[in-house]
Formats: sequence, C-alpha cells, structure tokens
Amino acid sequence: MKYWETPFGMQKPQVVSGHINILKDRCKGCSFCIDLCPRQVLEYSTDFNEKGYHSPVVANLDACTFCGLCELICPDFAIFVVETNPKEAALVQEK
Amino acid sequence: MFKKSKLRGEFFMQGDIACAEGAVSAGCRFFGGYPITPASEIAERMAYRLPLLNGAFVQFEDEIASMASILGASWTGVKSMTASSGPGISLKAENIGLGMMMEVPCVIVNVQRGGPSTGLPTSWAQADMMQARWGSHGDYGCIALCPKNPQEMFDLTIVAFNYAERYRMPVFVMTDAIVGHMTEKVVVPPVDEIEIIDRRYTDKKPDDYLPYAVGDDLIPDFAKVGDGYRFHSTGLTHDERGYPDMTEHAQLTHAVRIVEKVKKHADDIILLEEKGVEGADVVVVAYGITARTVVPAIEMARKKGIKVGLMRLITAWPFPTKRIRKLAGEIAGFVVPEINLGQMVYEVERCAGGQCKVKSLPHPGGGIHKFETVLSAIEEIAHAK
Amino acid sequence: MQNEICCESPIIAGTAEPETNIQHPMEGLLRMDRMPHIWCSGCGLGSVVTAFVEGLKKAGSDFDKVAVVSGIGCTGRVAGYINLDSFHTTHGRAIPFATGLKMANNDMTTVVISGDGDLFAIGGNHLIHAARRNVDINVICVNNFIYGMTGGQTAPTTPLQARSSTAPYGNYEQPFNLVGLAAAAGASYVARWSAMHVRRLADSIAVAANKKGFCFIEVISPCPTVFARKNMGGTGLDLLKSFGERTVIDHDADPTKIPIGMNDEIVCGNFINEDRPTYWENVQTGIRDAVDKENVYWKNL
Repeated sequence: MKYWETPFGMQKPQVVSGHINILKDRCKGCSFCIDLCPRQVLEYSTDFNEKGYHSPVVANLDACTFCGLCELICPDFAIFVVETNPKEAALVQEK
Repeated sequence: MFKKSKLRGEFFMQGDIACAEGAVSAGCRFFGGYPITPASEIAERMAYRLPLLNGAFVQFEDEIASMASILGASWTGVKSMTASSGPGISLKAENIGLGMMMEVPCVIVNVQRGGPSTGLPTSWAQADMMQARWGSHGDYGCIALCPKNPQEMFDLTIVAFNYAERYRMPVFVMTDAIVGHMTEKVVVPPVDEIEIIDRRYTDKKPDDYLPYAVGDDLIPDFAKVGDGYRFHSTGLTHDERGYPDMTEHAQLTHAVRIVEKVKKHADDIILLEEKGVEGADVVVVAYGITARTVVPAIEMARKKGIKVGLMRLITAWPFPTKRIRKLAGEIAGFVVPEINLGQMVYEVERCAGGQCKVKSLPHPGGGIHKFETVLSAIEEIAHAK
Repeated sequence: MQNEICCESPIIAGTAEPETNIQHPMEGLLRMDRMPHIWCSGCGLGSVVTAFVEGLKKAGSDFDKVAVVSGIGCTGRVAGYINLDSFHTTHGRAIPFATGLKMANNDMTTVVISGDGDLFAIGGNHLIHAARRNVDINVICVNNFIYGMTGGQTAPTTPLQARSSTAPYGNYEQPFNLVGLAAAAGASYVARWSAMHVRRLADSIAVAANKKGFCFIEVISPCPTVFARKNMGGTGLDLLKSFGERTVIDHDADPTKIPIGMNDEIVCGNFINEDRPTYWENVQTGIRDAVDKENVYWKNL
C-alpha cells in the first residue's frame, strides 16, 4: 500500500547514538549547558577542573537527543556532541 | 584587474593634481578621502581617475574613517592613499598609529596650512612637521618627504609609495598650500619607465607563515587578505604570530623594532639636496617651499662674498643626523628658515650639538620669509665667525 | 502493516563510549593556541562566536575569503580568536577599516563584530554612513548594555535608570534602539537576537553572509561581571534566562518602535530583508554609464 504521506508513527524512528565530549579544563563553570539543556542531561561534577570550576558531567545520557544546544551555547568551546550513526536508521517503510 | 595609467607628457599642472597623478603612476588604486582645503584637489582628481582604472575612490564621512579605510584596503595588497591638511591629520593621528603598529604600507599627504585649529584654511604653513613625527601616541619610526614644486609632488609621491611598500609603514608627503596650489610644468614619464617598488610578499605556506617574523632587515613579509593565510593583526603590542602579547618582552621586541627599522635603513631613506655646502661658512637648512623662497637671499649673500650653501631636506624624517653633525664641525653656523615658529630647527640644534651657531628664522604662516630677513641672518652668522 | 516501533520518544539515545581523539568542531576555525579566551564566566560572547562560525558554515562561505574586523572592547577581541583573516583595529573604526577592505577586494565577505559602545558611541557616525551607502559588509553588534572592558561605564545602550560605574544613581540618558537606528539609516538586513537564540542567530548570520548590502545583526548578550552586578541581575545565566523570558519574536515588528528597557519585553526577529543596490553596484553602474556616454578624455588616461 502506498501512502501519499507517511502516517505519523509509521516512520521508522531515527535511532541516534552518540556521546557528549566535555573538555573539562576549558570550562569556566557558567552552567549555560547544564541549565539550558532541554532534557537535563548534564549536571555539575563534584571535582574541580584545573581552573577551579566545577565542569559539567553527563548524568543522563539516555535522555540526550544530541540536539547540540550545549555545543552551540557553550561560551568556552568546552563541550561538543558527536553522533556516531547519524540518521542512518531514518528509512521510510514502504509496502 | 587594475589598469595602468596612460598619462604621459608635459603638463601645466597644479601641485595637488601632480600628487594625485604621482600616486596613480605609482600604482595607487584606493583612495579614502574627506574634503579639506587645501588638499581637496587630490581627492577630486582621484575621483576622476581611480574608478576608470578599476580602483576605488571613496569619500568618507570623516577624516578618521578615510584613514582607517586605507589601512583596510592596503591589507588586500592594494596601494592606498589619503590626503588631508593639518586639522584632518590631527583626526587621522590615531589610525596613523594603528598603521605604524600593524605595519601597513600607505601614503598620507599633508598639504599643510596655518594652525593651530582651523587656523588659515586657504593659506600655508609648515607647522605640522613635528605632528608628522610625533602626531600619534607612542613611539614609532617616521618617513616624511617634502616636495618643493609640482614636479616633486609627482616624483616624491612615487618615492613615498616606494618607501611605504619597502619599509611597510605609513609614509607622509609633507607639502604645503603654496606647493599644493602652485601650477607649474610637470613632466609625467611613461608609467613603465618609473621605478616602482612593491611590497615583499611572503613565499611561505600558510601553515609556516608568521605575520610579524622578521629577518635582518627588520621588515616582516606581507600576506594578503583572502589568500588563505588566515593571519591576525592587531593594534595591541603583539608577538611574531600577530597575537596580542602585553608584556615587556613584546614591547622590547615589537615596539622597539618599528622604531629601529627606520633607523636601520635611514641611510637608504634620507634624500638631501646640497648646493654649495662644501667649503661653506654658512649653511641654510630648508625644506619644501622655503627651500625656494630663500634662494634669492642666498644668491645675494654669495655676491657679497659670503660662502653660503643650501641644504634642502627632501626627507625631513628620518632626520639627516649624521650629515648635519659632520657639517656642524666644519662651518660657522646654520640658518634654518621655516614657516612655523621653530620645529626642525631644534633637530638641527640637536645635531649641531654646540659645535656651531644655529639661527632660527621662524614665520607663523600666511606669508613667506622676507629677502632681507634671510640675508641679514646669513650675514649675521657669517660675520660672527 | 504494523510498525515495529511506536514509542513516545522516537529518538533513542545511544550509549557509545566517548572517543577521546575527536576534536571540537570549532577547532580549525578558532585560534586554539590563544585559548582560554579573556571573556568572563557567564559572558555570552563565546556563544556568539560559535553562532558566527555556525552561520558561516550554514552559508557555505569560503573561509579563506572571510575577513573579520573588530574594534576595541570585550567584543573587539572576537577577531583575535577566530582563525580567519582577522583585524583588531582602533576604537570605533572597524566599519571604515572593513569598508576599505571590501572596496579594495570585493571578493571578500567582510564581517565587523564589535560591541555597542564601539559601534554606536565612538563609531556611531561610521555605522550610519556605512548603512546609508549600503556597503556590502555585515555588522554583528554584541549589545551588553554597558562598557565591559573598561569597568562598567554607561554605554549608549544602557537602559534608563540602569546603574553603571559612571551612573551610580541610575542612567539619565535615553538609550539608542540599535535596530531602529540601523533600519532608519538604510540597512538592507536588520535582525535582533539574544545570545540565548544561538540557532536563530546562526541562521541570521548565514542569511547575512550571502546577502548583498549592509546587514546589521544586534545580539543581546549578558555581561555578568559589570551589568548584572551593578543591576542586581544575578549571574550571567540569570541574565541570559531573563533575556529568553523577556523575548517576543515578531519578524514583522517595526524596528524603530522596539527599544529595549530595563525590564520590558525584548522584541527579536528578522525585521528587514530588502534588496537595495549596494555601493559597489552603484559605482560599477555609474562608471559603465559614464564610460559609455562621455568622458572620453578620462577614459584614455
């Protein structure tokens, strides 16, 4: 059966895996990434970085959608997101 | 790309226009200007000439912008120039300092008028000589050329471009309203016969290039914007990479170098014209239009049997220290006529170092030295021998 | 037909092990040998730099043909951190410097990134004239409402009654509405975003990079060290969040009627996107006409 438009829920979900890299010694502890993350993936670490700030650590990677907001908003270029299999599962099922 | 100027021949040409034509012949293809008497004619001529040679003429909103713009233009490898008079140079001073700090080749023409402040807009003076040397804050080397007639306005503007390109710095053409507005015969040679020096571009690859690394000649190699060198340049004291480095060490290397590079090449830069100086008792040191107005008095003094020579400073800066110092030991004294209340005379005094007399002949501007004044000064020095 | 998976969250986060040898995507475009930068913790300038580079990437710009020119101040230091042809010029003179650069080499995408004090106080005249001429340069003005580097003095953008080092009893002066001024002076593209709207800002920068004419983008950025401290604004994050909360996005707003007050709403959006002939185009047309019609004398020189 062919659809003019793939019905909601029929699309094979995009399975994205990846990781969040934190260059902790660049961090100045502004907490932009921690507080502005839409899914509360990050939290403060308990130990200090070499500048004396608490850098973020990944607390809940499962919640991460790899949207990359933390990477964009980080003023110190200290965090970035890498997708390991970006969008390769995004196939539309047809029958 | 840019077209070559085809103008050649003999012309009855105004000094300002000769200056503009000199710039065009030297390969200047960007002019940032602002109207000011008595330098406006340079901008006007450039507005006619540059667009048709694929260059750019922009009349800016102020003098500051015109100076900043020629620095930006020069970074693209285009020879650039601005022209103004005293009040305009005062405004440009800050960005002249930036040009010195960034080591950007460009030419600044100062058609001097009487000052201070608005002063004598339509009349002349030579009162910005020290402004050229010390106008912007901080220490820097300075090159300033003083044409005495429209032909030299043409020739020395070319020399100014050659110096700017060779030594990577802003170079002044210090003329005045008399020469600027004087109309005389000007010979424009074919552009291919003019000796042109272009800036030395780096032959390094972008990864190896350091924008302020220097060899023995203390002049860094140039890289153009847009060629992939991705360099940084700043008005802050910087290191070889061009990165800000606000330390004593950086100041000792960079800030000292921009003074030293002119001192090191001073013998190549300095241009002097000497007439009857060898064996003279009195030497008149003059520059620009004054070197012409004092000639009748010198001739009269010679008729009276006084051995008097004329030393014309074609480059006021760097100052010909060695030559003046040597002469001072041989003669009775210097006479320094200038259309200001004493500026270059202090340099002459410094170099003379008490070995001979130095007589200042000041004039506040708006007129020229009287024949009798110059003659009596020469006689005074000669008789005091 | 039944779907294999139909869950609430269509995106499943993977759990791959972090790789340590991957570089930050900004690495090649920043001067990493100069890091850490001088900006305070909680300052939005780093975010603006990321958004700028992201915008250039989106626009598909040739990085060798982009020149960044900055003036003086905290934002003036942007040029020093971006690994492109970059110039850190005198106070307020970034725009004429960039104009000269652009006029001498029209292939360059010339971007001025500077602060509100630099562009609108000491350099205000240059900005309105560059907009009037419609020179093909992009101006990104980072507005933090204060002079940061010199210690928190009143800027032409400091809101009425806001405190600063030189306005200890509150500012008495009406601030400039930057987008209004740029629009009134004739800019071809005018947008306002805050450092919170990094994605929209990057999109605007991408549009401006490929647009002919004078493009002006105001970016409202938190200054935690002086503006927030003097005005009980909390941390940089608090200020950034308050910008986010106060933002109303309205692309159709009249840029001349949306000043920024101390606690009022901040109208953001892409307000103006018009095509006007640029200065360069006008010069070319003018010369072509002149050469075609007359001026034979000048043509042959």
